[in-house]
Amino acid sequence: MMTSLQTQLKYDVEAIRADFPILQRRVNGHPLVYLDNAATSQKPRQVIDALVHYYEFTNANVHRGLHTLAEEATEAYESARAKVARFIGAEPESVVFTRNATEAINLVAYAWGLANLKSGDRIVLTEMEHHSNIVPWQLIARLTGAQLHYVPFTPEGEMDMEALDNALRQEPKLVAIVHVSNVLGTVNPVEEITRKAHAVGAKVLIDGAQAVPHKPVDVTRIGCDFYAFSGHKMLAPTGIGALYARRELLEEMPPFMGGGSMIRRVTHEFSTWADIPTKFEAGTPNIADAIGFGAAVDYLQHVGMEAIRQHEQRLTAEALRLLEAEEDIVVYGPRDPQRRCGLVSFNFKHVHPHDVAQVLDARGIAIRAGHHCCQIIMRRLDVTATARASFYLYNTIEEIHTFVEALDDVRKVFGKYGG
Amino acid sequence: MVDDELYREIILEHYHHPRYKGALPDANLTAEGMNPLCGDELTLYLKTDGDRIVEARFDGRGCSISQASASMLTEAIRGLTVDEAKALLERVKAMLTGSPHEPFDEDDDLSALEGVKKYPVRIKCALLAWTTLEEILHK
Ligand SMILES: Cc1ncc(COP(=O)(O)O)c(C=O)c1O
Repeated sequence: MMTSLQTQLKYDVEAIRADFPILQRRVNGHPLVYLDNAATSQKPRQVIDALVHYYEFTNANVHRGLHTLAEEATEAYESARAKVARFIGAEPESVVFTRNATEAINLVAYAWGLANLKSGDRIVLTEMEHHSNIVPWQLIARLTGAQLHYVPFTPEGEMDMEALDNALRQEPKLVAIVHVSNVLGTVNPVEEITRKAHAVGAKVLIDGAQAVPHKPVDVTRIGCDFYAFSGHKMLAPTGIGALYARRELLEEMPPFMGGGSMIRRVTHEFSTWADIPTKFEAGTPNIADAIGFGAAVDYLQHVGMEAIRQHEQRLTAEALRLLEAEEDIVVYGPRDPQRRCGLVSFNFKHVHPHDVAQVLDARGIAIRAGHHCCQIIMRRLDVTATARASFYLYNTIEEIHTFVEALDDVRKVFGKYGG
Repeated sequence: MVDDELYREIILEHYHHPRYKGALPDANLTAEGMNPLCGDELTLYLKTDGDRIVEARFDGRGCSISQASASMLTEAIRGLTVDEAKALLERVKAMLTGSPHEPFDEDDDLSALEGVKKYPVRIKCALLAWTTLEEILHK
């Protein structure tokens, strides 16, 4: 089935949908319309099967046994790493498996940050960051005395590049920036930012949690030092994510956690470390979900990331067109669908997003309402929360229409704006 | 369509026409509440005379459930003693969490909040004003 997809010229969304068992579900008497993909994606049969196959056929600990199952499990785990690495244009040694993007960022904060930051050093963040790329740096700033500096975004929801240039003039040690905003949908010019940051000697960490699932990403081309992402937002199981880091950095960084697997030799006083990336994977790793991550990457690659990007762009353009035509709705983020990824945050002028999400749920439509772990963005937009519809490879134009039509139910319950 | 157990008319009515909304400059007791799940914020202002609550107002931003619940609260606790307000608070909390409690009369606005208990995520919205009150009364 998947090879036929590749050869079909037209994007066959129905064939893709058939691979996702959950899309058959009905919710509150209606077919499920799942538009909360930025929170987590659904999983195709191929990923679920990979998990089941692993547990029914291969299960053993990795890097430890000399028996057949242990060898097969190790082979499957390392081959998943190679797939994930290739998917983002990296070498397998540069990819550390973590629980999620959050853990990947914390790994950098504690292992690299504690060893390299000192009092007065500057860390440049942006006001577009998810809490997972803010809070770890606040913790490290407290421990080291480093200072945080936030680059604002423009009213259009784009990175303020002039403010960034100014921040770089103060020669920060680190620039930590989101690739695609999970609220505004903005795609940031990470190549340009990396180049500029490197020119002043800063290291660059990119939070790619919303980018890798939705568009082709090549970390080597971007040139960044660290890149973090989560498997569960890109068809993989929960509990598995990855950190890419430049090889030299991984080699010189001290470990993040200590324990089994990550050592070479342990004595009473001290130990020496395993080679990268194992040095950063203490204890028995999440073997099954890593293998599922590999299967997810296979799936995405068969459909093609460029094809997925274009499909989502069609959905986003349609959602933007329809929502912007509504007088009682405010849409956040860049107007131009080319400058964003597949999600749209919006608010009714007179109805709280919780209520919007609740009314849509009665129609089987799943969207998210809340601050999306971005309270700094909320404050800048002067709201406490937004509604957000986020799309993925299996969503259809018809679903976008169902979603926008269902917004009329909101008006039925809460009255019309101004009326 | 949406379940009208949740969006009962009386809830929507309080939401559209909150009873005592806006700061109370001469309040002697205030507290701020926040629902960390959604970022909704609420400030509750009380003016007491001895141990009687003579005025109550709220301010803040939130969904229909949290706003309606706050509006009902300000209406219900005016004139109560602190102990009576505490007892009412426990009764509302018990209703929202499905614990045994003395039920509210059908014509008591507060009874409309009962529909919320079927929606676990929204219980926090309905509770926000009441947990803020709890913070004031137990200070
Ligand atoms: C932009 C962004 N960064 C980081 C994260 C954190 O991802 P996780 O919770 O999987 O660690 C998310 C997901 O919510 C996100 O949208």
